[in-house]
Amino acid sequence: MSLAAAPLVRDWLGVEGDRAVIRTGKVDFGQRITTALLRIACEELTLPPDRIRVAPVRTGAAPDEGITSGSNSVEQSGHALRCATATAREAAAALAAQELGLDPARLTLADGVFAAPGGANRIDLLPLIARLNPALAVNASAPASPRRAHDAPLAPRGLRAMVEGRYAFLQDLDMPGMWHARVVRPPHALARLKSLDPEAVTAVEETGQRVIRDGSFLAVAGPAEWPVLRASLRLARGCDWDLGEGLPEGSPFDRLDTDPAISLPVAPGGKPEKGSLPPPLDSFTHRLRVERPNTLHGSLGPSAALTVWEEDVLRITTHSQGIYPLRDSIADSLGLDPDTVEITHHPAAGCYGHNGADDAAFEAALVARALPGTPILLKWAREDEHAWEPAAPAMAIDLAARVKGGQITGWSGEARGDTHRGRPRPGPDRAGPQRLLANRFRIDPMAPYSGQPNMNRHGGLHRNLDPIYDFASRRLVKHLVPDGPIRSSALRCLGAVANVWAIESLVDQIAGETLQDPIAFRLAHLDDPRAITVLEGLRDSLGPAPEGRGIAYAQYKNAQTRCAIAVDLTVTDHAELRLDRIAIVADAGRIVDEDGLRAQLEGGALQGASWALYEEVRWDRDGMLTRDWDSYPVIRFDNIPEIAITLIDRPEDPSVGAGEASPPPTVAAIANAVHAATGLRLTRMPFTPDALQKAALEA
Amino acid sequence: MGAGPALVSLTLNINGTDRVVDSDPDTPLIFVLRDELGLKGAKLGCGLEQCGCCAVLADGEVALSCATPAAVFEGKEIVTIEGIGARAMGAAVQDAFVAASAAQCGYCTAGLVVAVTGLLETNPAPTRDETAEALTPHLCRCGSHPRVFRAVEIAAAATDR
Repeated sequence: MSLAAAPLVRDWLGVEGDRAVIRTGKVDFGQRITTALLRIACEELTLPPDRIRVAPVRTGAAPDEGITSGSNSVEQSGHALRCATATAREAAAALAAQELGLDPARLTLADGVFAAPGGANRIDLLPLIARLNPALAVNASAPASPRRAHDAPLAPRGLRAMVEGRYAFLQDLDMPGMWHARVVRPPHALARLKSLDPEAVTAVEETGQRVIRDGSFLAVAGPAEWPVLRASLRLARGCDWDLGEGLPEGSPFDRLDTDPAISLPVAPGGKPEKGSLPPPLDSFTHRLRVERPNTLHGSLGPSAALTVWEEDVLRITTHSQGIYPLRDSIADSLGLDPDTVEITHHPAAGCYGHNGADDAAFEAALVARALPGTPILLKWAREDEHAWEPAAPAMAIDLAARVKGGQITGWSGEARGDTHRGRPRPGPDRAGPQRLLANRFRIDPMAPYSGQPNMNRHGGLHRNLDPIYDFASRRLVKHLVPDGPIRSSALRCLGAVANVWAIESLVDQIAGETLQDPIAFRLAHLDDPRAITVLEGLRDSLGPAPEGRGIAYAQYKNAQTRCAIAVDLTVTDHAELRLDRIAIVADAGRIVDEDGLRAQLEGGALQGASWALYEEVRWDRDGMLTRDWDSYPVIRFDNIPEIAITLIDRPEDPSVGAGEASPPPTVAAIANAVHAATGLRLTRMPFTPDALQKAALEA
Repeated sequence: MGAGPALVSLTLNINGTDRVVDSDPDTPLIFVLRDELGLKGAKLGCGLEQCGCCAVLADGEVALSCATPAAVFEGKEIVTIEGIGARAMGAAVQDAFVAASAAQCGYCTAGLVVAVTGLLETNPAPTRDETAEALTPHLCRCGSHPRVFRAVEIAAAATDR
């Protein structure tokens, strides 16, 4: 996909003096994709990292790589960059050989210099690359450089500055004449601004600040942040809201069975199809339903954007994961030519998916439009982020299995939930603008986006719905239940969390009931040799099993990183889960950045543990109830297990995405460990003490 | 400018230097640090003292700066992340965080470096449980906790005399 949109070598690689410049459309939010890309360029060009610059990710200059999501960056941008730099290296070698009158095969390349045998004749690589034909196309099968054994680990970019407090996040940016801005939010998404007390507006504007209103969208801007924050509170007191009927109450799961759904069969292999649903599985012996609530991205830094409305261009600095789709959606919202909107990515806190970044960018644009020429740094409050970011949709998974002779011979999986596709991107019916929060509140408000089914292989709801095991027959169905009570979108792993948790719970249950070892039982249903190596690696790495040990295995999208997990935990007298140890074995193909890979796997395991133990979005008719870190707790330092990671490097195999590999099997392994420790099969996240006690009473 | 709240003059000792600022007396310390003194290392994460991104040292104790008015810090020696490297322990902690690659997005990192420095200055050899207790007011959303524990061990070993 990346090479189709940006097919030329110069789309990815340039030369600037004695440095190479690499370009990517993928953005870094702590997952270290730029470190991985830098490593790839270092390997292919044989240059040290300080001779390679990663260009800013900006519309008009960066290749259009859509959205940084789905653990695709190493496979898309990484592959494209590897091929582009390898193509350039080969073409430069041909030029060098020509000049030296030698066969290119006789040249060696080291430290960015071609050398003839004996080393007498030497030519620098970069000036040759600068001379390459600008129309040179990337050769998608250019041979990758053999890895150099002496490659030292690359420190993550910016780490030294981070520990010294010098690293500037988007929230830290400053410009001459810059103003700060905050949005005054309604009590909930269905409320409308009936009236705004003129005295409140006067009180704020008398202090030199400005009130910006567009229908029910209300914001305040001024020269300093704290006074603006206070002004937003003053304005909030002057708002009279029409609360309408309030938010729909009731279980977010019950509606998944009763509200209108778009139901589609999913073929084995994970691709949804149009057509009639397969008949139910006959003579099943086991069934299980699990339910995952809405959960938050919960970025540690509330979303922000820096925007200036200049005479002929709207400049936006954002931490969005998709600068091109956002540009088109904002341009459409404001009736602008996309070429007059320039969007630059700048890092902020980790996002883990579609958080408030895009919405903040558009809101900053609305404020900047009212204050042309003044740079506007708009920041969300903590409460904004918790109550207004698009949450992961609630999901319910219904499984049934037929067991014969200790083997699973038939399988049925049905996934239900609202959309994961809340990101602003162009589409029919102005789908881009529909998915920007502020457009719901402006004059002539737009209706919220109504989810359309994702037809991609292992897309949203049906990501990892297809079991990785070779069950003889399987029927798979997805039910998109759109128009849910709260806005939903993409959160790390999408549907894979609920699907893997469900599958691995039922597999675990059947193994237990048929008195089979959980790893041996899984191995008996796998024929992928790499999966078998991963699971055997896990088995061999484990010490004697404590009471509360759970096992799980998954391969993300059944195509990316293979990941086996064992969780050891203890249930306290207060029914709290204490995480003791997590063992991870993973195969991500050819390892690009080993330390970055480990960081993704262990960070993912802890995020998965946090979802499993703590996280649930709650609301009532008056609005969101989870508005801060007390009402929406997440994992903290007091429950961090020891984590042991074993990596299986496959230098001859393609590198595959790893950022979302570990959370789903971690959730499943925790559930299985709880079952091992207590005999209780928990079927609704989070696994709180209340949930455990309730399950014990019902058992 | 029109009628805002009356400003008062505050003298704050920050990173060893007295700084005089005119401030609305309710202003939390972090806004004075970031917007009036240009010290943007402390991060605003919640404004509710729930996440620890804004930590500073006040008279050697870890203090959160996002909700408590700056006036409360008058008369105390405040050390921010920008000044932490001037302390032997702070520099060791910074090196240890780098050695352990103890950050992903890095938004929590400044607060954690301050908190670990405060911990090790009072307890040079904390147990894992003591470290966990001291850091539990701090959130990390990327899951770099195991590396932070490792950084604490590295810093403690490096400063063990």
